[in-house]
Amino acid sequence: MIPAPFDYVRPSSLDEAVSVLADAGEDAKVLSGGQSLLPLLRLRLAYPSVLVDVGRLAELHGVRDEDGHVLIGATTTHDEVVRSPIVNAECPLLALAAATVADPAVRHRGTFGGSLAHGDPAGDLPAVALALDMEFLVHSASGERVVAARDFFLDYLETALEPGDILAAVRVPKLGEGWGFHYEKFHRTAQSWAIVGVAAAVRVSGGTGGEPRRVEEARIGLTNMGPTPVRATAVETAVPGLELNGSSYGPTANGNGSNRTNGSGRPGAHCADGAHAGDALRQAASAAADGTSPPTDLHATPDYRRHLAGVLTHRALLTAAATV
Amino acid sequence: MTRINLTVDGVKYEEDVEPRLLLVHLLRDRLGKTGTPIGCDTGNCGACTVMLDGRSAKSCSVLAVQSDGCDVLTVEGLAEGERWHPMQRAFHEEHALQCGYCTPGMIMAAIDLLKDDPDPSDEAIRDGLEGNLCRCTGYCNIVRAVRRGAQSMSDQEAVSGR
Amino acid sequence: MTEELDAGLVAQKIAESDMLGEPAPDRHEVGAARRRKEDARLVTGRTQWTDNIQLPGMLHVAFLRSPMAHARITGVDTSAARSMPGVIAAFSGRDFAGEQGTLPCAWPVTEDIVIPDHPPMAVDEVRYAGEAVACVVATDRYKANDALEAIEIDYEPLPPVLDMTEALKDGGPKVHEAGNRAYTWKYAEGDIDAAFRDAPVVIERTFVQQRLIPTAMEPRAVVAQTDGDHFTLHSATQIPHILRIMLAQVTGIPEHKLRVVAPDVGGGFGSKLQVTAEEVLLLLLTRRLGKPVKWTESRSEGNLTVHHGRDQLQRVSLAADADGRLRGMRVDLLADMGAYLMLVTPGIPILGAFMYNGIYKMDAYDFTCTGVFTTKMPTDAYRGAGRPEATFAVERLMDELAAELSLDPIEVRRRNWITHEEFPYTTIAGLTYDSGNYEAATDRALALFGYDKLRAEQVDRRDRGDPVQLGIGVSTFTEMCGLAPSRVLGSLSYGAGGWEHASVRMLPTGRVEVVTGASPHGQGHETAWSQIVADALGVPFEDVSVLHGDTAISHKGMDTYGSRSLAVGGVAVVQACEKVKDKARHIAAHLLEASADDVEFDGGRFKVRGTDAGKTIQEIALAAFAAHDLPDGVEPSLDSDATFDPENFSFPHGTHLCAIEVDTETGATKIRSYVAVDDVGKVVNPLIVEGQVHGGLAQGIAQALFEEAVYDAEGNLLTTTMADYLVPSAADLPDFITERTETPATSNPLGVKGVGEAGTIASTPAVVNAIVDALRPYGVNDVPMPCTPERVWRALQGGTS
Repeated sequence: MIPAPFDYVRPSSLDEAVSVLADAGEDAKVLSGGQSLLPLLRLRLAYPSVLVDVGRLAELHGVRDEDGHVLIGATTTHDEVVRSPIVNAECPLLALAAATVADPAVRHRGTFGGSLAHGDPAGDLPAVALALDMEFLVHSASGERVVAARDFFLDYLETALEPGDILAAVRVPKLGEGWGFHYEKFHRTAQSWAIVGVAAAVRVSGGTGGEPRRVEEARIGLTNMGPTPVRATAVETAVPGLELNGSSYGPTANGNGSNRTNGSGRPGAHCADGAHAGDALRQAASAAADGTSPPTDLHATPDYRRHLAGVLTHRALLTAAATV
Repeated sequence: MTRINLTVDGVKYEEDVEPRLLLVHLLRDRLGKTGTPIGCDTGNCGACTVMLDGRSAKSCSVLAVQSDGCDVLTVEGLAEGERWHPMQRAFHEEHALQCGYCTPGMIMAAIDLLKDDPDPSDEAIRDGLEGNLCRCTGYCNIVRAVRRGAQSMSDQEAVSGR
Repeated sequence: MTEELDAGLVAQKIAESDMLGEPAPDRHEVGAARRRKEDARLVTGRTQWTDNIQLPGMLHVAFLRSPMAHARITGVDTSAARSMPGVIAAFSGRDFAGEQGTLPCAWPVTEDIVIPDHPPMAVDEVRYAGEAVACVVATDRYKANDALEAIEIDYEPLPPVLDMTEALKDGGPKVHEAGNRAYTWKYAEGDIDAAFRDAPVVIERTFVQQRLIPTAMEPRAVVAQTDGDHFTLHSATQIPHILRIMLAQVTGIPEHKLRVVAPDVGGGFGSKLQVTAEEVLLLLLTRRLGKPVKWTESRSEGNLTVHHGRDQLQRVSLAADADGRLRGMRVDLLADMGAYLMLVTPGIPILGAFMYNGIYKMDAYDFTCTGVFTTKMPTDAYRGAGRPEATFAVERLMDELAAELSLDPIEVRRRNWITHEEFPYTTIAGLTYDSGNYEAATDRALALFGYDKLRAEQVDRRDRGDPVQLGIGVSTFTEMCGLAPSRVLGSLSYGAGGWEHASVRMLPTGRVEVVTGASPHGQGHETAWSQIVADALGVPFEDVSVLHGDTAISHKGMDTYGSRSLAVGGVAVVQACEKVKDKARHIAAHLLEASADDVEFDGGRFKVRGTDAGKTIQEIALAAFAAHDLPDGVEPSLDSDATFDPENFSFPHGTHLCAIEVDTETGATKIRSYVAVDDVGKVVNPLIVEGQVHGGLAQGIAQALFEEAVYDAEGNLLTTTMADYLVPSAADLPDFITERTETPATSNPLGVKGVGEAGTIASTPAVVNAIVDALRPYGVNDVPMPCTPERVWRALQGGTS
């Protein structure tokens, strides 16, 4: 399939981009890496009048360690995020999730900001943005504004970005010491979208001098559990204070070195006892789907997604805690 | 029409293109680089994979205008004269192709994955090729070929003292 | 020597010979793991795909396709499209109505079969989403696509027909006036009522063979051109020869003025065994416009309109004695034809009819298949074509029988299979299996798999209540290959024969050209045929070129499908070589002044027995070309034609074992190990054979776990892209352990059986059996395909998805 015709502008600065976009009207689209947009254009599911290519704007590119947060330019590619020493030191959850996006070639071209601006609840990064309370730096002809993650994702493929807006960068607050991270992605093939994903950050205490390891605080974002990414608020409220040691986790599969799974990318993450009696963390995690309205699609029904959200949230919490 | 300059397999081109022209169509229909085929319209199959400024990219998901100023390497630019790239030899030696339609993209993706991991495990090879679909081989021989290609590329580097 | 040791030694010897790429001087080319000649162009990007073709003045065609499953076309307006820049022409079905004919169905399986007209472009009514309704011809593909959006078609919706069972009820919506039943085909042997009456065990199941999209990596492409008199059609097809005959009949272009070329073809798997609407229409367009025209489909267009595979509802039952001995089997199939009968659509499930009994002996068999029209893309051949469906049913039932009787699934099979002493054996389905050794293949597979150890681990996991359960799946299969004896095809009402043709031409310089009627699309014929010829004529492997896929060069053939190329086409090559050798011997005897009976041929040299006097075959070739001194009555040049028509099918077999881990909390599955021991008879190139098995396994496993073409309630295909139709990548599949046992076929001089479909046929039931085996303690006795994590999870919850 072949895209319908459009005009193309490659401005040389963010200011110019903003002004071009302001003049271009409602049907203009911002082009960054194009890895989400190009397939839509080719299938003629989108008919932009003009593409404003911001992909080469240096001011939108790169990762900076700033006071209290990490600043990630919108055109930083997934691959760059995965490799960034700053990201891996300060907000590794982002690298973990970005590494699961599509495939290597797509990660070379696809951008961090582009994925977020696309606002696909099945994408891996929106749930992370929500879990980490990222802030979106949005530029338009009327200046810069900052949008909190919880206000950014409005509906299916709909964000707080208005015509004329360009997402310039994202601020990722640093969480400080004692946190562990994990992104648990459950999908049918390596390349396919998450049926459900769980982005988890967990602060853990104890573990020394016979003190039991406990969850102090958790932040959990869910992928593909509704028209927008959602926080598993019920779980976040319930888990502080719960013991990790009593909750079973660990591979029981005989390792053959292979990881080929029709389903979860983490076949080893299972509870060792079948009954799970008295496993308070597991119990708490099972509420992950509370208040969500997951979609039906070719790969799963809402019921199954709700079930998965609980199981995967438990696994994500345990795996995240194990990284502390 | 937009004027673009790019290098493909070492040759410089200056082309006037419609903004919507896909890089893969520029390569195939305008520049005669038919070694790079098209297998899908959603960026899933990877048959059209080329190197864009040194890293793998799916040329069906890149506009020609986005490649302005870039260096493109296709499967046709891998061999030096009649001397094949070690990965091309490895695919031949290990019978890692049947119909060969996915092969150009598969070879480019394989070379790319070695840039990060010159001595990959089978698992890393399989993960690194997740964006390239083959319908003929069941992938076993492709994995073997990438292992062999990696070995001969590192032998070659050792010999050349780099 | 015990059976097991014997099989082990054979396998080891095979493994050793596979290590060597090139044969030692004293060894034969046949059997050597030669690297492929085809690879040179494929790895360097110098391949000639149909879409690569650029001709002066060439125009590009794009098709507008129905967005509705079933509708009457009430209005068409192409005028706006015609006035767009670069647009040469735009046509709808009405513009072709008098000229386009009907797409052929070559396999009317019954006398009363309903074969509806199938216009290449819909005229008054569309019957599946994706059916072509109009086309644009423009100066480039971008402009052609743009103009599609300017065509206006008015549709009056008609009710879709989507469910086969509903479709057969009276009074419902009809796909065609004649009703939704295309045919009912029956076969019965033995007293089936007696077999089921008072049977101690009866297993009944309903299996759904989901609809699949073959997904060859190269999308279809067609280029048509004419000089006003002769026509040339390049197409990404498996069947240039059959296509030429059929296109001549449909279009009225005389056969001798139509040349069909299959250049390099990027996979087929049955999907390019078709006479397509686009091939017909491009010929009509080039005839009408006098310009070369090209059309290349997009993947989403292909998912809609390349014929689909499988799609059967199987109601099957098995009667057995208390010791597990089979008494009889009943099969009642509904086969979804889709909206029309294409080239061999109705015959696909009938190919399966002879395979439901598998490798087993039984007293009675009863088979009924009803072909049903629906408003979906027609189905037709997809790798295995009827035989995977049959094998799936019987192999699933054998596991269910084992479970019912608390027997090991291997043991149940042992009690029923044809033992190696019993060949040749005529089965309850009427086929005579010429050879086989199921014991040897099974014993070898069990050893490689570590069957007992895995069973012990399974018990341990069950005892521990491990959330990750282990399942072991067995599949012992055979298939009928080497399609096909012409007389058998005739008895099944197929429209053509099943022979294959080859020519061998010794050139004056001693090099050899081989022309084959088989038409490769990835298999490696150029390499394998060179090996055969090198041995037969004693010439170097490098001195042989193989020509194929162009009706102007290879004028006769039946093309490539049904694991037939080697078992039929390869044998034709051997026969053509024999004829060359006979003639050369005659000439050699004359030149050496000896009697032909005294001339022996060894290693490419004719020698007078007991002397040193001799001539190489290359010398004879030059002498035959110069023709200065030929025996009386011998024509100059050294070449020959041969056609081989097999007496019988060939019957590859094998034992596949799959160990799978099932995460009972999520339904996720992971193949732990997969062992395939196949017996494809003698092997020309073990590397190619192994590759075919690997690829077949991937496709069969994909049916079990990943792939399904899904239509919604309105009849729209939902899986139009590769983002929705999940073809597995390297990251989704395990490594395979493959070995072979070797029981030569007795039906051809090469002793070969064919390998193209084996892996696909065997692997689907092995995987599903493994999943069900893992879940049996939870009361699960089936999981519908594809066994998605959700379906596995739902089976565990006691529900269905």
